[in-house]
Amino acid sequence: MITQTNSTYEIIDACLLAGKIMLENGAETTRVEDTMMRMAASFGIPQSHSFVTPTAIIFSLEGTDPTKLIRISERSTDLQKVDEVNSISRMASAREITLPETMKRLKQLEEAKGTYPMFIQVLAAAATSGCFLIMFQGQWQDFIPALISGGMGYLCAVLFQGLVQIKFFAEFLAAFVIGSLSVGFVAIGLGLDLDKIIIGSVMPLVPGVLITNAVRDLIAGHLVSGITKGTEALLTAFAIGSGIAVVFTLY
Amino acid sequence: MWEQLITSFIASATFAILFNAPKRTLFICGLVGMVGWIIYFELVSRHFDYVPATLIAAIAISVLCQIFAKLYKTPIIIYSVAGIIPLVPGGLAYDATRKFVENDYSLAVQLAAKALMISGSIAIGLIFSEVLMRITFRRSISSSKSN
Repeated sequence: MITQTNSTYEIIDACLLAGKIMLENGAETTRVEDTMMRMAASFGIPQSHSFVTPTAIIFSLEGTDPTKLIRISERSTDLQKVDEVNSISRMASAREITLPETMKRLKQLEEAKGTYPMFIQVLAAAATSGCFLIMFQGQWQDFIPALISGGMGYLCAVLFQGLVQIKFFAEFLAAFVIGSLSVGFVAIGLGLDLDKIIIGSVMPLVPGVLITNAVRDLIAGHLVSGITKGTEALLTAFAIGSGIAVVFTLY
Repeated sequence: MWEQLITSFIASATFAILFNAPKRTLFICGLVGMVGWIIYFELVSRHFDYVPATLIAAIAISVLCQIFAKLYKTPIIIYSVAGIIPLVPGGLAYDATRKFVENDYSLAVQLAAKALMISGSIAIGLIFSEVLMRITFRRSISSSKSN
């Protein structure tokens, strides 16, 4: 009887940890709920209920077992981790790994660092900016300015995020840096088309995962999550827009 | 045309790096983004309006994403984020912001409405293909999500 209760607690813990990792790293609400319920089912609890919002998960098993709540305070985007939780839950469903093994793997995954080191991401942001400039019919002469201001903008967004912990402010400052650098490049004659350079450079800041998730959540009927994520995306867009707007007002 | 193909491929793949997509998916992320952008680009250069062009490209992208997600058993958002990012109306939103700052409100609202329409058509495209796949494969949304 005692081992029975213990294992019920362990099952809840494993499910909640899986849900937490997924939600913190940018999975859709449906996927989080689905994974948690599948994991519970594979460990012998066919009936479970979960309520997932972007800031908290409530998970409950049928019967008299306690309901647990877990708070999600920090959200970032690491789809590699979402993918890995997905494969761990697949393995658990196929009964390839046991509950302690699942828990061990999830804990390792929780502490794992990001897939790509910081400098690779900054380089990727720079490449994204340059390529978007060409896609939006910019000239090749503006390629290098877009490369630099896009990379710097992304770097600033990450650094400010670590410094002030307020996402919208970090994005606002990053957009301001991008705007100022672009104006500078055009002023010293390195850049030609200011508009195109700025549009290309702010692309790495666009909240792509949020937009996609908001739409997918809304379709699946998770109205609370969908609207919340949509609002977050809108606020980000507003932060970027006002950062650029401030540059124009000064310039 | 070649310029557009190559840059859209690189842009989508490198954008995928920004949100830590698994390394093995990067090539497909680039491919999905490239196909979507080329469809959009060709339609617009054949004088289609932006909104239907975006809608058609978004449908094509998310059908591709559904197929790849099933094929490689990865969460679908990895591909769809990389795919739709070139379609996001960044340029229009930028122009709208600029007009707002310049106190040209009537033009700014026009541009903002257009950006909103395009964002809406991306959303409709994502929804439409999901429905399309569900009718084709007769599978519930929750079972396709586990892939």
